[in-house]
Amino acid sequence: MLIKRNPNGIDLPFSSEITPREIFESRRSFLKQLAVGSVAGGALAEMLIHEAFAQGNQKLVAKPNPSFVVMDKPTSYKDATTYNNFYEFGTDKSDPAKYVGTLKTRPWTVAIEGEVKKPITLDIDDLLKLAPLEERIYRHRCVEGWSMVIPWIGYSFSNLIRKVEPNGNAKFVEFISLADKQQMPGVRSSVLAWPYVEGLRMDEANHPLALLTLGMYGEVLPNQNGAPVRMVLPWKYGFKSAKSIVKIRFVKEQPRTAWNLAAAQEYGFYANVNPEVDHPRWSQATERRIGEDSFFARKRKTLMFNGYGEVASLYSGMDLKKLY
Amino acid sequence: MFSPSPKQFALIKSLLFAAALLPFARLVLFAFTDRLGANPVEFITRNTGDWTLYFLCITLAITPLRRISNWNWLIKLRRMLGLFAFFYATLHFTAFFWFDHFFDIDEMIRDVVKRPFITVGFTAFLLLIPLAATSTNAMIRRLGGKRWQWLHRLIYLIASLGILHFWWMKAGKHDFAQPILFGMIVAVLLLARLYWSAIQQRVQNQKRQARPT
Repeated sequence: MLIKRNPNGIDLPFSSEITPREIFESRRSFLKQLAVGSVAGGALAEMLIHEAFAQGNQKLVAKPNPSFVVMDKPTSYKDATTYNNFYEFGTDKSDPAKYVGTLKTRPWTVAIEGEVKKPITLDIDDLLKLAPLEERIYRHRCVEGWSMVIPWIGYSFSNLIRKVEPNGNAKFVEFISLADKQQMPGVRSSVLAWPYVEGLRMDEANHPLALLTLGMYGEVLPNQNGAPVRMVLPWKYGFKSAKSIVKIRFVKEQPRTAWNLAAAQEYGFYANVNPEVDHPRWSQATERRIGEDSFFARKRKTLMFNGYGEVASLYSGMDLKKLY
Repeated sequence: MFSPSPKQFALIKSLLFAAALLPFARLVLFAFTDRLGANPVEFITRNTGDWTLYFLCITLAITPLRRISNWNWLIKLRRMLGLFAFFYATLHFTAFFWFDHFFDIDEMIRDVVKRPFITVGFTAFLLLIPLAATSTNAMIRRLGGKRWQWLHRLIYLIASLGILHFWWMKAGKHDFAQPILFGMIVAVLLLARLYWSAIQQRVQNQKRQARPT
């Protein structure tokens, strides 16, 4: 894996190494043509057709942000949309892709409330227009020891913070996901205390890396990836990034987050990616990159803060072994 | 009562042997046709673990089935089924040792010692080895039926450890539906034995009391 760093620790690729959008797009249409042209070609054609036409969601135009790009090869769309932890649709990683058909993402509103001067309820079109959409390629590290690389679309969550003007009491942000038994079969089981709640300290939420996310791979978010709006926090384990958000609350006290409530000794509030702090049941020192690492290869080393060293200053003076 | 002729029995046994190899054949086929999903290692590890538990349950079911049906010939299938449990357990362990630790024994041992769910699973696997090693007719004769039977009662402990291993594996995800199901199946199979042995005890006691003094 090639990671370039400038003295600030931000990943900065050479501009020549970023694939321009037009080429990216033309590769896709090439793939489609190839697939259509060889329908009779058996398994390979079937695979290509799937790869090309799975991207049937509404397109979302976004400008690539060169400040937030990693050199790692993006995970295939197929893997990123069929291997998901989204317990509202079942505990098996193939469940979300199977059962998300019932999720209705329009109309959709997000209520922003709590310790703010301007509480507001925004619908999904308001959110799409709140700030210019950027494409950012982030590493994604799951607490279970696997990782992906995803081209997300969204903007820094700080844009939304500025809009609602938190007051002096706002110390944390709480993200609350939809929990509707009618649309989400997994919510009928009691594996977690619904609704799914996640949270950040205000300074974490204000960090430019914290992405309010509305799309991926050039499209609106597929349902199984947390449509229509989710958080993406690339320096934290995946479960910190709440999906299908319906409410955002600015609060005084540290939120009681879902996985922390379920098993505090395994899942901390901070959940920063940290190769030195093991999960009780497995090591976090290494990870397996989905679709990349052959299973005959050794697993790759996990990086502190998932390689996003620029967040380190948020945690200076904190014992990250205790506050995992 | 159904009792197969030697020829029929040979056929039944061969069919069962082929069927028991199907899960393995499926894994090999999937591996070569890229159908193991986004995380092939996880797929192989979980799948071989599942099949170890299935074969442990099937093996433990032979005695109760034989008692209920009076099909005594079933007992002649038990060794093969037990060895298939060992076969899938070996694949499961190999996947862990190879893909997770890349044959690094020190690292593997550290993992086994540090993490209770692995400790338990590894212990169950180690305990299976003497059972597999003493499964031949020659070994049964060498040990003597009584001692052999005593040794092979380890399977009750092994199955229980297997369930615990699975339970703890799922604990972090709060997903107990499957461990509960497996646990209940093994519990029924073991309780049936206790029940029958209690009945037998009572019959023997009655016989003893009925003896003239």
